[in-house]
Amino acid sequence: MTTAPAQAEEASFEATLARHDRIEPRDWMPERYRATLVRQIAQHAHSEIIGMQPEGAWITRAPSLRRKAILLAKVQDEAGHGLYLYSACETLGVSRQELTEKLIEGKQKYSSIFNYPTLSYADVGTIGWLVDGAAICNQVPLCRTSYGPYGRAMIRVCKEESFHQRQGFELLATMMRGTDAQRAMVQESVDRFWWPALMMFGPPDADSSHTAQSMAWGIKRDTNDELRQKFVDMTVPQARALGVTLPDPDLVWNDEKGGHDFTQPDWAEFRDVVSGSGPCNAQRVAHRRRAHEDGAWVREAASAFARRQQQEPQQQEAVS
Amino acid sequence: MSGAPQGEWPLYEVFVRGKRGLNHVHVGSLHAADDRMAVHNARDVYTRRNEGVSIWVVRADAITASSPDEKDPLFAPAGDKVYRHPTFYDIPDDVPHM
Repeated sequence: MTTAPAQAEEASFEATLARHDRIEPRDWMPERYRATLVRQIAQHAHSEIIGMQPEGAWITRAPSLRRKAILLAKVQDEAGHGLYLYSACETLGVSRQELTEKLIEGKQKYSSIFNYPTLSYADVGTIGWLVDGAAICNQVPLCRTSYGPYGRAMIRVCKEESFHQRQGFELLATMMRGTDAQRAMVQESVDRFWWPALMMFGPPDADSSHTAQSMAWGIKRDTNDELRQKFVDMTVPQARALGVTLPDPDLVWNDEKGGHDFTQPDWAEFRDVVSGSGPCNAQRVAHRRRAHEDGAWVREAASAFARRQQQEPQQQEAVS
Repeated sequence: MSGAPQGEWPLYEVFVRGKRGLNHVHVGSLHAADDRMAVHNARDVYTRRNEGVSIWVVRADAITASSPDEKDPLFAPAGDKVYRHPTFYDIPDDVPHM
């Protein structure tokens, strides 16, 4: 049973989307639109937060003060990106606490890429170049997403993400100018991350359950396959400039379609990693849970301090 | 602005002045235990790259906002008052400085 006022609200929502205007937090929105956004933004925020771990592991082992300062700044940015996105998600009526709990209880997901280990220092460069490169492909169109707070968060993220990709490329380029052992380390790292990077765009369009509705609502602007193609086309000349080989013998330019043909990643592996059986799933979530639980006393102490600050002036007045 | 669970730090809205001469502009929100921590957190979250020279933080529950339902009564009356805009008036092209 749809009542007349509800129909008017829905019509106003649809009209806003049709004008390519943004939906703002206090506007009426269909429950499924809200739920889809919560799922997507939460997953995105969790990815930024979990994404601090693989690279954070190398901060103490960065080979110079310059590289350490860069890596620290980058990992701090990931924390910041997580916070922008959590804020955007909270405008949809979920609490930060609920989001954190759903992550550490495994009820909300994060990008499968962060369930792969960082085995060598070259991985810091490869993550910047390939993983952040893929993230940029995903995120730039999201600056125009239909939900205002999400789009605004993405604009901030994208501005900072460019530094991430460039520092990664520069790191790899420096290693490629080094010794044979360093070049081999870069190639080995690229070989490991190429396929998981392709998976970052999600399953092929034919198997993506959310894409059609998300595009109709203007939450997503491009399909998974379109973005994956764009990423491959963008990356091939960069790989050439670096002097690394992308580990796909069937990767060739196709004049007819004006893009590269390439091999699909192993989608069975993708499903395994998403469903929890990746190399680092348990470790990543356990680490996040430990950080949250170890920080409980800090949160409590700060709240207690704030309460006392509020009470103190009144007590002083009472005494005098 | 309701629904914060027990024990969760309050939500603050953050406004940053990009440089001298500009207004403070809303940039986002964050949680903090108190006002001072909100300013420090805002510095770390929203001004890592010289984005600002001044920060305001305001507890979200202290903000009074117009409701989307009031959109018409609040803003529609301005719609038909075109005479409030300079382009409403026809001035001959050869009149200078106008």
